[in-house]
Amino acid sequence: MFGLFRVAAVINGIALLVVIYFLVVRGWRAINWTFLTQPPIDSMTRGGILPCIIGTLCLGLGAIVVALPIGVASAVYLNEYARPGRIVRFIRLGINNLAGVPSVVFGLFGLAFFVVYLKMGVSILAGSLTLGALTLPVIIGSTEEALRTVPDTYREASLGLGATKWQTIYRVVLPAALPGILTGTILGLSRAAGETAPIMFTAAVFYTPSLPTSVFDEIMALPYHIYVLATAGTEIEATRPLQYGTALVLIVLVLGLNLIAIVYRSRLRKKR
Amino acid sequence: MSAQNLDFYYADFRALISISLDFYENQVTALIGPSGCGKSTLLRCLNRMNDLIPYSRAEGRVLLHGDNIYDPSVDVVTLRRRVGMVFQKPNPFPKSIFENVAYGLRVNGMKDKGFLTNRVETSLKQAALWDEVKDRLHDSALGLSGGQQQRLCIARAMAVEPEVLLMDEPASALDPIATQKIEELIHELKTTYTIIIVTHNMQQAARVSDVTAFFYLGKLIEVDRTETLFTRPKLKQTSDYITGRFG
Repeated sequence: MFGLFRVAAVINGIALLVVIYFLVVRGWRAINWTFLTQPPIDSMTRGGILPCIIGTLCLGLGAIVVALPIGVASAVYLNEYARPGRIVRFIRLGINNLAGVPSVVFGLFGLAFFVVYLKMGVSILAGSLTLGALTLPVIIGSTEEALRTVPDTYREASLGLGATKWQTIYRVVLPAALPGILTGTILGLSRAAGETAPIMFTAAVFYTPSLPTSVFDEIMALPYHIYVLATAGTEIEATRPLQYGTALVLIVLVLGLNLIAIVYRSRLRKKR
Repeated sequence: MSAQNLDFYYADFRALISISLDFYENQVTALIGPSGCGKSTLLRCLNRMNDLIPYSRAEGRVLLHGDNIYDPSVDVVTLRRRVGMVFQKPNPFPKSIFENVAYGLRVNGMKDKGFLTNRVETSLKQAALWDEVKDRLHDSALGLSGGQQQRLCIARAMAVEPEVLLMDEPASALDPIATQKIEELIHELKTTYTIIIVTHNMQQAARVSDVTAFFYLGKLIEVDRTETLFTRPKLKQTSDYITGRFG
């Protein structure tokens, strides 16, 4: 029986290795300094993906800027202040459902609400807000877990010294939970960086000649770039190596972030 | 400080039954009794830490210098500064030794670096910990031994200069040598503070306190000067517990 479980676990690892191997083999030739630092030229059959890298970083950062304050505040409310009851159950239901919304639905929502109704246009702002909504459940979940890990004895000690609840949270609980919150943030960032559908209608465009200078600019992004090179455009076959190259850069980014988060979390656990 | 006809309920369970007890200034009062008799509950009523427990309520009065602390107009935060608490298991914050002791002062608005440094030093000296930590005030408090951590918690509680110090089995998690240090400390502290200590250890109660109160199943059975209670108890139940017939 144990053998079967072990096989299942190994299959996981093998699947990941296969994906990485595949991308590396087909994409490594495209990776060079030009690729990483220059914009695309010649209808994107040559050149680099610099604007995509910049765009993805902007969106990832934007998503965190949106999701982190709201997410941490929500988690603090749910874990520290809320009394069990109908309202709390309703909020939790909302968060869980939010986590299950397909990303393309987020994209359409972002288009209808941020881009059109609030007149933000296709922009980093609209994309960040949409991605922020997507990242919110991740942040809330990991923050709540981190808060739960903080022993109640700290809270008792603080209150016993004459601190208010808010002071206790601000001075003791949150600092103690910070490492866990940080881990969740990195994971959220990695998730936001890799999403395509939410940014397709809200921030990313096929091509833009210059790097972004304001939050209202439209941008190119890594996941979307892979999509357009592979489906739209006039040179699908010719750009194949570039597609794999872009995918490789994206996966290195995402896996890199995840790895940082995992290593950080396991070092935290060892410290406890 | 005194309790007058205090009842305490955890939901429907009546944990304290009509407790009336005086705590004299600058004396050590020990609360003893078997597990579940309500002594910790009573202690936690004295600084309203029990307010944190949902579905609980208190009826009756607890007076601090004549004012009822359960009056709705009372600011619990200020109360807890006047009535400090040391818990059973040492619970220093994951901060430096200095910041632990300074915590109570900071949350009350004190920012003056000089004042904080002075008060931290005074409190650590009072807790007989200064010599051991004076060279590493900014190291993490979690690096101290159990006994040192508990003395740190005592210093932390004293830094805000409370009037009453509540101690919930302060030495039960410590080894005998650390316990002895804590007991000596209590002896010195009582000249400045009113101390109420819950203890499972009767010998400790005998060593440390001036007045002892014996509880059983939520009721106050007998209270007397420690020497009298332990040598000439008035009730059989008390003498049974003290001699170890049950407990």
